[in-house]
Amino acid sequence: MPSAAVDLQRTGMTDLAIIFYFFQEDGMKRLGLLVLSVLFAASASYAEDPALAPFNGASGTVAIAGGTAHIPVMKGAAQNIMKYNAKVRVTVAGGGSGVGVQKVGEGLVQIGNTGRALKPGEIEKYGLVTHPFAIDGVAVVVHPENPVTALSKAQLKDVFAGKITDWSQLGGKAGTIALYVREDGSGTRETFEERALDKGTSSPAANVVNSNGAMKTAVAQDKNAIGYVGIGHLDNSTKGVSIDGMVPSQKNAADGSYTVTRLLYMNTKGQPEGLTKAFIDYIYSPSGSEIIRKSGYIPTGRK
Amino acid sequence: MSFLPAGTQRYPHRLFAGNGEGAGWLLPLAAGIAMAGVLFMVLMIVVSALPALGQSGGGSPFTLEWQPYQGRFGILPMLAGSLALALFAIMLGFPVAFGVCAWLLAVGEGRRLLACGLRGVIRFMTAIPTVVYGFAAVFLLAPLIREGVGGTGMCLLTAGLVLALLIVPTMVLVLEAGFLPRMEALCPGGLALGFSRLELFTLFVVRGGRSVLVNAALLGFGRAVGDTLIGLMLAGNSPQFPGGLLESLRTLTAHMAMATANEVGGAAHLSLFAAGFLLLVLNIGISLAVRRIGGPKR
Repeated sequence: MPSAAVDLQRTGMTDLAIIFYFFQEDGMKRLGLLVLSVLFAASASYAEDPALAPFNGASGTVAIAGGTAHIPVMKGAAQNIMKYNAKVRVTVAGGGSGVGVQKVGEGLVQIGNTGRALKPGEIEKYGLVTHPFAIDGVAVVVHPENPVTALSKAQLKDVFAGKITDWSQLGGKAGTIALYVREDGSGTRETFEERALDKGTSSPAANVVNSNGAMKTAVAQDKNAIGYVGIGHLDNSTKGVSIDGMVPSQKNAADGSYTVTRLLYMNTKGQPEGLTKAFIDYIYSPSGSEIIRKSGYIPTGRK
Repeated sequence: MSFLPAGTQRYPHRLFAGNGEGAGWLLPLAAGIAMAGVLFMVLMIVVSALPALGQSGGGSPFTLEWQPYQGRFGILPMLAGSLALALFAIMLGFPVAFGVCAWLLAVGEGRRLLACGLRGVIRFMTAIPTVVYGFAAVFLLAPLIREGVGGTGMCLLTAGLVLALLIVPTMVLVLEAGFLPRMEALCPGGLALGFSRLELFTLFVVRGGRSVLVNAALLGFGRAVGDTLIGLMLAGNSPQFPGGLLESLRTLTAHMAMATANEVGGAAHLSLFAAGFLLLVLNIGISLAVRRIGGPKR
């Protein structure tokens, strides 16, 4: 029986990327889920779904890598597909948007996910075709015990630029603000800086973490922390802060009243064919939309 | 799952038969592949780093600012971060390693069980993956530092403490291996002359074994500079010059790990090869220094 690590390696991840994959999000829990859901397919009862018909009698592998925000959606779809037809294997790996572009461009995977639009250079270099499928909002988060519940964009900009340095300046309890940001090239960081900071930049003195999971861990532990996560990752461990009166929630992101949002994309090298096309069609099907909603995002439908 | 032909598993020695008959070519082949691998890796990194190293002005890697969206790809803060963290870890770890070694050789002799246990722990520690140290420290040490000392807990101090823990076993093993033969050679005569074991150790063994000390420190330093996850998980990763014990810093290795996840092509990607080149130079330097100091006397 192949192990999860072997399976990840098959998708071409480096050792380091595998370690990060396990470290990100909720770490070992995720490893357990991955093993259970991707390899053995859970055993819950399951009705015939017309969206799965294209997989009837098919066999082969679809390898997916890239943006970490996409993982719950991809895994949900993979689970349903492999349960329907055990001869189809879908492997899902993380790595970040850049890895998604590189892997799909070099033909190492069939679908490379990004949390940002492709750059013209990337489309040109690899001949990529992009398939947006979900809206993800980015929420500013603080420690649950922090009394501050609302900030203006101007305040946010000053906080992240390092001009406002103490919570007392924002109506909170005195304490030096601990800034947490995402690494350069992260789709979440890009969305946040573009939409919440109006293309402002973050102070170089801010601590940098490299996944939504690591961000939640950091902010949940540090009473003076401020950071940001994908809205799908909001839970009780941290507290979402409203920006200019916009309350971060899935609903508000969907109806456009919360504007710190981005699209999630799947990308293929050329037009998708065969199993890859079937997989993408499945993501756009009603069952796919259901998975997207369950993962904390808003389905966009095919454009 | 086996990569060996059937039968060889039961008689693995046949594969590496040293008597020159049959399969003796396997060893030279393996050595050749390993050496070629290292050679090509060095070549690849040097060639890939050349475009970035040749950059001048704000885009050069040898500047102080990392702002990829403004076209600034300075990795000097990360180089300083790596050096500061590794030096700090050595400063903490070396005295501990020396103390442990001295105790094992000079005092522990009378307490066999304790010494045996300590050796076992040290050996076991060398086998613990760094990610385990990092993970534990994120939840245990970082909050302690944040509450007790201040700052965000993700800083030079936290990462340095854990890194010191990581390199102590390496240094203890090197020190012990270097000092044990000298100690054994001196012991019967020295004890008969009325020296205690501790006196023999401090007066003769250590004095004559400076190369062992330097060797251990250099190997520990090399391990500390090369480690990725401790820095990545605990040092805070701000791309700024290390400013103090409670300030966040980014190491070269953590920088490469973070940037490879997201960058494809372009100047930021190229600057990674410059970072890799610097690490390589650093490690080759340490390696050569170890040989120079430790080599001839052995």
